[in-house]
Amino acid sequence: MANDIRRLTAELARDPASLAFLQLGEALRLQGQFDAAARVTRTGLERHPDLVEAHDLYGRILADAGNPEGARATWEHVLSLAPRHASALKGLAYLAYRDHDYDTALDMLETALSEDPSDETVVLALQTVRGASDRQEAEIRLRTGADIFAGIEGAERALMLLDARGLVLGGILRDPKGLIVSEDVAAYVAGAAQEAERACRLLDLGSWEAVECEGQDGHLHLSMPAPEAILVVRRDRSVPGGRVALLARRAMAAARAWLEAQAG
Amino acid sequence: MIPGRMDAALDRVTRVRGVRGAMLVSSDDGLVVADALMEGVRGNAVAALAASLATRLGRAMEAAGAGEQRFVHLAAAKGKLLLMPAPAGMLLVALTDQRANVGLARLEMQQAVEGLS
Repeated sequence: MANDIRRLTAELARDPASLAFLQLGEALRLQGQFDAAARVTRTGLERHPDLVEAHDLYGRILADAGNPEGARATWEHVLSLAPRHASALKGLAYLAYRDHDYDTALDMLETALSEDPSDETVVLALQTVRGASDRQEAEIRLRTGADIFAGIEGAERALMLLDARGLVLGGILRDPKGLIVSEDVAAYVAGAAQEAERACRLLDLGSWEAVECEGQDGHLHLSMPAPEAILVVRRDRSVPGGRVALLARRAMAAARAWLEAQAG
Repeated sequence: MIPGRMDAALDRVTRVRGVRGAMLVSSDDGLVVADALMEGVRGNAVAALAASLATRLGRAMEAAGAGEQRFVHLAAAKGKLLLMPAPAGMLLVALTDQRANVGLARLEMQQAVEGLS
C-alpha cells in the first residue's frame, strides 16, 4: 500500500491532470490518512469538477473522517449528477442506517441493488438494515402495547389494558359499529374500578378480582392483571359469560407478561 | 311498590346458600328501600356503594356499546357483590360469601325482579 501511494503520488506529480488522484485518494482513505486523502481529492476535483466518481470518493472520505453532514451533502450532489449512482446510494443508506432511519436506508439500498443485482455488499447491507428495522418495529410495538394481546381472539377490537388513572396502555376497544371507544371506556372503567375497590374495602370483601357486567348488547369484563393496571374485555351478548371469563384469563396472562417486560 | 312483594323478592334471593343479605336500593341516591341482611352487614354502606358502582359501570358499558346494564358480578377475595336493575329505578343487590353459586343467585335475582314488575 505504501508503495502504491508513493507510485501514485509520483504519477500525479508528473501529470497533475491525471485521474490517478482517484486511486491515491482512495489509498490514503484506506490507510486512515483522511486529511491527505481529502486534500488530494479536492485538488483533483478542481481539475475535474464534473467527475462523479471523485465526488463520491470525497463523500466516503468525509464519512470516514467523521463528517456525516459533509458526506451527505456530497453524496446528494452525486445523485443530482447521477441519480442511480450505486456507491452514493450505499453511502447515503449507511448514514440513514446510523440515524436509525431504516426506511430511507432500505429505499437507497433497494435502488442500488436494482442497478447491480450482483453487488454482494448491497445484499449484505440490506440484510443488516432489514434486521435492524424488524427489531426497531418489534420494540415500538412492545413499547406502545400494540402486541399485548396478539393471537388472542378479539385483540384487534375488544381487549384493552389501562392504568389506574384511566389512561390506555395498549389494546383497543371498538363499539359494535366499529368505532374506537378505548379512551371513553377507559375513563369510566377507571372510576368504576376505584369504586369497586372502595366497596370491597368497606364491605370487608378483600381485594376485588373481577367485575363481570352483562348488558343488553354485550358483556364487559374487568380484572386486574397487576396493581395499578386494569384489563377490559368486551364481548357480544351472544358469547356466554363463562367463555368471556376464560378469554379474560388468557388476556390477563398476556397483559402480565407485557407489564413485566415493560418493568424489565 | 307493595312492601310484601319486596319482602318476597328479597326472601327469594337470601334463600340461596352463601347469600349474606339482599336489598332493594334506589339507583339514583343509593338509599335503602328494603333489606334482608344478616347481622353485621352494613346496609347503608352496601346500598350507597352498590348504587355508585352500578352507575359508573353503566356509563362504561354504554360507552363500550354493551347496552343497558342487566347484571353485575363483582368477585372479590372474600365474597361477591351482585347487582341487578329492578323496576321503579331500583337496584336489587345481593352480598354473598365465597361459596355462593353465582349462577343460582343470578337466576333467583332475575325471578325476584320479575316478581316486582
